[in-house]
Amino acid sequence: MLRPVPDADGAPFWEYAAQGELRVQACGDCGELRFPPRPCCPHCQSFASAWRPVSGRGRVWSYVVAHPPLLPDYAAQAPYNVVVVELDEAPRIRLVGNLVTGAGQPLDSLPPHRLRIGARVRAVFHDGLPQWVPERS
Amino acid sequence: MAAGSGALKDATAIVGIGQTPFAKRLPEDERTLACRAVLAALDDAGIAPGEVDALASYTMEETDEVELAKACGFGDLTFFSKVGFGGGGSCATVAHLAAAITAGQASVGVAWRSRKRGSGPRPWTNTTVQLPTPAQWTRPFGLLRPADEIAMLTRRYLHEYGATRDHLFNVALACRNRANQNPAAIMYDRPLTREMYMTSRWISEPLCLFDNCLETDGALACVVVSAERARDCRRTPVYVHSAAQSLPAQHHGMVNYWNDDPLTGPAWSAARHLWKHSDLTPEDVDVAQIYDAFTPLVLLSLEGYGFCGRGEGGAFTEGGALETGGLLPVNTGGGGLSEAYVHGFNLINEGVRQLRGTSTAQVPGASACLVTAGEGVPTSALLLRS
Repeated sequence: MLRPVPDADGAPFWEYAAQGELRVQACGDCGELRFPPRPCCPHCQSFASAWRPVSGRGRVWSYVVAHPPLLPDYAAQAPYNVVVVELDEAPRIRLVGNLVTGAGQPLDSLPPHRLRIGARVRAVFHDGLPQWVPERS
Repeated sequence: MAAGSGALKDATAIVGIGQTPFAKRLPEDERTLACRAVLAALDDAGIAPGEVDALASYTMEETDEVELAKACGFGDLTFFSKVGFGGGGSCATVAHLAAAITAGQASVGVAWRSRKRGSGPRPWTNTTVQLPTPAQWTRPFGLLRPADEIAMLTRRYLHEYGATRDHLFNVALACRNRANQNPAAIMYDRPLTREMYMTSRWISEPLCLFDNCLETDGALACVVVSAERARDCRRTPVYVHSAAQSLPAQHHGMVNYWNDDPLTGPAWSAARHLWKHSDLTPEDVDVAQIYDAFTPLVLLSLEGYGFCGRGEGGAFTEGGALETGGLLPVNTGGGGLSEAYVHGFNLINEGVRQLRGTSTAQVPGASACLVTAGEGVPTSALLLRS
């Protein structure tokens, strides 16, 4: 499986994820959240930034179900879903991930018919990566 | 005409086009194919290679300016430009040549694309070679290919606007029907039916096999000169009426999910510039060559370039609107979906053929043609007129 290859701006995201925390970069001056992480704030041009914890709750904004041809490790789990999750705290911040039945479960663990736009999800962590599970209401 | 607004309008013309055969596998290498296409375009124009003094290409092009100039016997080059973002740069090559010629930096420009994508490896298997996609945020989760990235936007588009797979099929079918009229098209002898489409294998749901472009070996080129010079050339000039490049504010490339408004891509801002510097409106366009790496890009482009309202791209395709005799015939050579996928350069040459009156699916009396480059990445577009 492909591991994230962080750049200088993105590294803190993965360090927090490794500790089981979901954090988003925020401007150190105007407070505006931004994703993906960048060197400076597109709103106020400040180079100060902070990493703000978020609840890890959100909704499915869109999803795909990927079929081969794929890289071998991914083909072995296909068809699997990839989702884009819109965070509760910041609807414009949308994270790519996978909707699974529980932390550490394979990419294809959730049957495709259970996927739906707008579904409530929450972040869990496995092996340094955030994953998403259906929110129990 | 004074520099500034409108200086480019009809100041230059495409006077030559050339191409190699298209195939899944061609024996010659990319450099040889590039030379063949360029020399064919110059011959079409009736211009000697020694007169070429400007080149324009776009990234993911393997043949560089030095190799092409040496091999083909060009003169001293005074302008050369390479536009970024792969398929988003196709139309910008002509735009750059038009600007250089209008500004007096050069007099005979050649743009080209040579590609062995049919027989080469799929680019996405090398995950380090990507467009500006920030791979760390997408690849680990299995969003690996351009098809996956666009499928994500497509699912949202279908959800938000009630468009359907039948609308995507309408795009695929129009391109295939035109390819069935074009002996140079890879899918010349391969008709498509709705049943074939609906039962084909998935690539990335909601995109199936027929929503994806071909993978093709082949090369194309065109020649740009001033409107004045064009009058002495062998062929009827096709004027560059308006041209645009676009990298919208906060755009994120293929994964535009991080934009405030992911479903208005670069087409929207390209269109604003294109129409602002044009005497024409979308209603004046007789035929369009719309970048079709994936069928949904055509729906997004129809909206962006102003042929219909936002969210109406799907409905626009109904009733044969994209077919010959329809509201807006598109991709009349077959496009990237059914003629050849050569990063959109075939759309430029087909636009020229339409305005010369020599297309295999000729729109009678066509006098204005929109050509677009890759939507979903920083893009470019041309408005050509006869």
